[in-house]
Amino acid sequence: MKQLTGAQILMKTLIDEGVETIFGYPGGAVIDIYDELVKTKIKHILVRHEQAAVHAADAYSRAKGKTGVCLVTSGPGATNTVTGIASAYMDSIPMVVITGQVPTQLIGNDAFQEVDIVGITRPCTKHNYLVKSTDDLAQIIKEAFYIAASGRPGPVLIDIPKNVANGLATYKAPKEIKMRSYNPTYKPNMKQLQKVVDLIRDAKRPMVFAGGGAILSGASKELTQFVKKTKMPITTSLMGLGVYPGDDPLSLGMLGMHGTYRANMSTGKCDLMIAIGVRFDDRVTGKTDVFASQAKIVHIDIDPTSIRKNVPVTIPIVGDCNETLIHLNKLIMDADLGNLTQKRKTWLDQIADWKSTTPLAYKQTKNVIKPQYVVEKIYELTKGDAIITTEVGQNQMWAAQYYHFKKPNHFITSGGLGVMGFGLPAAIGAQIACPNKTVIDIAGDGSIQMNIQELATAVQFNLPVKIAILNNRYLGMVRQWQELFYDKRYASTEMVHAPDFVKLAEAFGAEGLRATKPEEVETVLKKGLASKKTVIMEFIVDREESVYPMVPAGAAITDMLLV
Amino acid sequence: MSENKHVLSILVDNQPGVLSRIVGLFSGRGYNIESLCVAETVEPHTSRLTIVTIADIVAIEQISKQLNKLINVIKVNELTGEDFVQREMALIKIKAKPEYRAEILRIVDIFRCKVVDVGPEHYTVEVTGDEGKLKAIIDILKPMGIKEIARTGSIALFRES
Repeated sequence: MKQLTGAQILMKTLIDEGVETIFGYPGGAVIDIYDELVKTKIKHILVRHEQAAVHAADAYSRAKGKTGVCLVTSGPGATNTVTGIASAYMDSIPMVVITGQVPTQLIGNDAFQEVDIVGITRPCTKHNYLVKSTDDLAQIIKEAFYIAASGRPGPVLIDIPKNVANGLATYKAPKEIKMRSYNPTYKPNMKQLQKVVDLIRDAKRPMVFAGGGAILSGASKELTQFVKKTKMPITTSLMGLGVYPGDDPLSLGMLGMHGTYRANMSTGKCDLMIAIGVRFDDRVTGKTDVFASQAKIVHIDIDPTSIRKNVPVTIPIVGDCNETLIHLNKLIMDADLGNLTQKRKTWLDQIADWKSTTPLAYKQTKNVIKPQYVVEKIYELTKGDAIITTEVGQNQMWAAQYYHFKKPNHFITSGGLGVMGFGLPAAIGAQIACPNKTVIDIAGDGSIQMNIQELATAVQFNLPVKIAILNNRYLGMVRQWQELFYDKRYASTEMVHAPDFVKLAEAFGAEGLRATKPEEVETVLKKGLASKKTVIMEFIVDREESVYPMVPAGAAITDMLLV
Repeated sequence: MSENKHVLSILVDNQPGVLSRIVGLFSGRGYNIESLCVAETVEPHTSRLTIVTIADIVAIEQISKQLNKLINVIKVNELTGEDFVQREMALIKIKAKPEYRAEILRIVDIFRCKVVDVGPEHYTVEVTGDEGKLKAIIDILKPMGIKEIARTGSIALFRES
């Protein structure tokens, strides 16, 4: 039988897995792999820093609904991926990261560019492998793709020593994956579901709380049907934005530290909370002892560890969100829930009242651009149809609050880990996944500088990504905390020096635009959005604008600081 | 919530790095390990770990679930409260001065232990039993001068009906 090199086997297996795009950066330990990659039809996106490769693969995965793939070299190539992997792990994004490694006989010798990346990434991957023999390669790759995308998805790392990549083996097609130690539960317990129907029928003030898990399982359609049929108001976590149309009257907007008044107040008053694909992060619950204290909580999640980790649960349901909702919708179809319009009236009136008395608000003045105004204008001009990526901090929260996401997978953000520098590489990944979509990175002047080198990648691959920098010359979110809780001592949060972003864009071969006055915002946006090039649109915004509402860390989630 | 001792019996794929994944999970999530024992089972590709940990009810549920979530973990059983046998072994090296030699041997006999190494100035005693028995013999031997102790940590299995 014909012998293939490890690198050839890798390519064959990747193609069989349907991989079309790889984000990566070559180096000594992966030179054999690159030498085979270049002979295939797989598109390779050469980033300018390995961290960006992982963020791009993360966003590509979300926008495309496929497993993202990265390829980097050993040592620093591998360590540079760690932040990206940790972010994908916290956000449960399916991804396979392939790292080069020094030859097996050198492992443990502190060889040049050797690092124990399997050891380093053990706590931030769903699983990882060090491939010891070329014979094992095909099976491990297939298993890695299976693990990454099944159950609660996550990143899987495969460390391939150089002699495994250039060593020979007889290629055998990998077997179907069947693992005695890994069998995710997709089908929910039907008896538990019947109890949920009873709770919905009896509840006076029910609500739905949906998160990233609902998006990942593709449950948006079933969820929308469920919400409309049961007439329950719905809030989402940051990761859940877009799973239900944000402009629908039953949408409460986002919940949490910077959630809407009506969403947060609802959790304090509801008597039933149906939580779907969420993990009750501290930024969502605030003080857990008093979170949804009057409510029975139904928690649907594919990961059993998410259930009862942070809050007590009345009815735990382990299962795939979409599959569970399909069953639940069927049960609801057959159930007599009574006259819901009448039953829900007081509760929905109360919510409407919260919305009208305390909406999300800011005051746009004549002279200074408000950052929220920029986001609202972006929403208006893109008709809510753009893919928005964000950096982390105020820019992320304003994007979440003022861009009313209508569809899932249109808001791509580093939710769990909160990685500054995520937005630009993410925009690159999303644009490659969806070439015909408008992709906008809503950024701050601080975070954009963390992966600004990726402008070169965007320009090289002719990606028309748009970067909207809300420039307040501060690390705004930390400044906001310092203003509120540290007597305005702005320790190291003033960005005293920043580059001229317009010139910088031009230096990279992108287009640079700037708005300094409110009346210029729309013009700049229109011009930027119409361009076929990579564009930086810089908005000089109100320096000390803060994100409101805000719940101080550790306080009850209903205990909100309003404007 | 009150914290109690829990015995976890964990079947895992016998693969490199599995122990590191489990130990890493405990340290990374702030759980503690009282003792840990690991060796191959009858099946060559499977190992059994016995971990004793101190945790409250909520935490032990979370620990079990987190362990189950590891890809190489096949099964997690919590033995606490169930009918199970638990044993631990210790090797105790005692200073054996002439005046104590007979007394030590009597204690060894009472506890049904074995002397596995003898020297002019020491005995090394092998003792097997549950935690209570080990504590008892160590307490009794201590005044005579224990030079070194090596303990295995608990291993445990369900009783069959």
